[in-house]
Amino acid sequence: MNRMDINVQWVFTSMALLGLASGMIGTFALLKKQSLIGDAMAHAALPGICIAFLLYGQKSLLLFLIGAACSGYIATICIQFIVKHTRVKEDAAIGIVLSVFFGLGIVLLTWINQHEGGNQSGIHDFLFGKAASLTGSDVNVLTVTAVTVIIMILIFFKEFKIITFDRAFAQGIGISVSLLNGVLMFLIVSVVVIGLQAVGVVLMSALLITPALAARYWTEKLEWMTLLAGGFGALSGVAGAYISLIAYAPTGPLVIIFATMLFIFSFLFAPKRGLCSKMIRRHIERKKLQSQQLMYKRGEQL
Amino acid sequence: MKMNPLVVEQMTVAYDRQLVLEDVSFFIPKGKLVGVIGPNGAGKSTLMKAMLNFIPRMHGHVFVYGQPYEKQRHLVGYVPQRNSVDWDFPTNALDVVLMGRYGHIGLWKRPKKEDVDMAMQCLDKVGMLPYAKRQISQLSGGQQQRVFLARALAQDASIYFMDEPFVGVDAATEKAIVQLLNELKTRGKTVLVVHHDLQTVRDYFDYVLLLNKRVIAFGETESVFTYDHIQKTYGGKVTFLSSTHIVG
Repeated sequence: MNRMDINVQWVFTSMALLGLASGMIGTFALLKKQSLIGDAMAHAALPGICIAFLLYGQKSLLLFLIGAACSGYIATICIQFIVKHTRVKEDAAIGIVLSVFFGLGIVLLTWINQHEGGNQSGIHDFLFGKAASLTGSDVNVLTVTAVTVIIMILIFFKEFKIITFDRAFAQGIGISVSLLNGVLMFLIVSVVVIGLQAVGVVLMSALLITPALAARYWTEKLEWMTLLAGGFGALSGVAGAYISLIAYAPTGPLVIIFATMLFIFSFLFAPKRGLCSKMIRRHIERKKLQSQQLMYKRGEQL
Repeated sequence: MKMNPLVVEQMTVAYDRQLVLEDVSFFIPKGKLVGVIGPNGAGKSTLMKAMLNFIPRMHGHVFVYGQPYEKQRHLVGYVPQRNSVDWDFPTNALDVVLMGRYGHIGLWKRPKKEDVDMAMQCLDKVGMLPYAKRQISQLSGGQQQRVFLARALAQDASIYFMDEPFVGVDAATEKAIVQLLNELKTRGKTVLVVHHDLQTVRDYFDYVLLLNKRVIAFGETESVFTYDHIQKTYGGKVTFLSSTHIVG
């Protein structure tokens, strides 16, 4: 086996771990009804990445992550400020901040591409993602972070579950809800940020939410939903990266198309909550009702 | 006096500088069922949330068995309003009741067999044992309320705060709740219940707290739940009560 093959294997492994972590933590983001947070974070990260590049002069995933985290944090503060001091609701505030930050990011990105030999920098890969552009050190950062996130979810599973289901009760039994909520948010943001290079700022949040949405159709247990969402995420990550490598296409859209196919399949064919099984059940019930009515009618006639 | 299960001293709460509760003080003796009565917006839920430190108090203290609430958190069980959670959450009835044990289980550990056994017993007490494995969205409103009560029981507290447990439940559940309240009372527990139905106050509660931003009246139901006090609490809007339900 030559060196190239090993590199490719590492890219796939890190994509699988990214998808796994993303799907698992996405389950909680979805159930907390904070699906938009991931989207806001990903879009808000772009100006941070660009500024980090302008300051450092070359690509460095670690510095990009710090830049992304900083601008993501500033975006969060802006959202909270708007919600607190105006009559604008949270979803609208997220929409405003997300587009302004993304716009700013695109302006900076265009400027970088036109100057400083930006075309060679690989920074434009951050828009739609490029798994093939992951270098050895990128893969390391990605793998370590994803594994850390997964371990944190396993450790705090019980606590995340109760603060997601019933915050007030959790507080009542002495769980420090604000701290755990902070940890959960931090994990969500970490996953989004490490996924930016491979999946892209535009579509990263879909890798957070779509696998969880698909998993919800198959199970009524949070444990299974989390695992299944992780599995769907890992599958989408690897499939997207594979097709992107052989077709020289951006990774993000392919990952999301694959995740969405899993979602559509679940939506249609899941055994209990799926559309088909619901329609079949309704059909059987209607038939039952009709035959009962028929029996009554015959009874009356006799 | 401070050794009473619950003592609230001069509690004042405000949202955005608007006073919601003003100078609320009362104390509850052991083993009493207390109804918290008042019109919408009187601050009944706020009272509970402020006692539990969910929202900051501008002023005032809460003592549980002689110690500040912060030190005695584990002695207080809370039953939130049923509509405060998303019932489509992927979990079953037993699992929700087990959440009542999380405070005892501790961080990072999984529930043990004793915890599961106790959760089952609590489900049995509210007549929900046959539904232990049922997905919570498949339960009726009354059944969901009973699951919440079972969860509070599993917590094994000394004082219970219940926020409108009787709202939107069927007759069977109402009966089950009343039975449970009386059982808790005989076991020496103290229970505070936010309640809406003035007709049943006399039958259910030993004490009443009539609340409308301030304490209008507090004491044994017999002497305090009078026509005058109710009129004062509701701003003279109560006309439908027959004299059999109130005194005075």
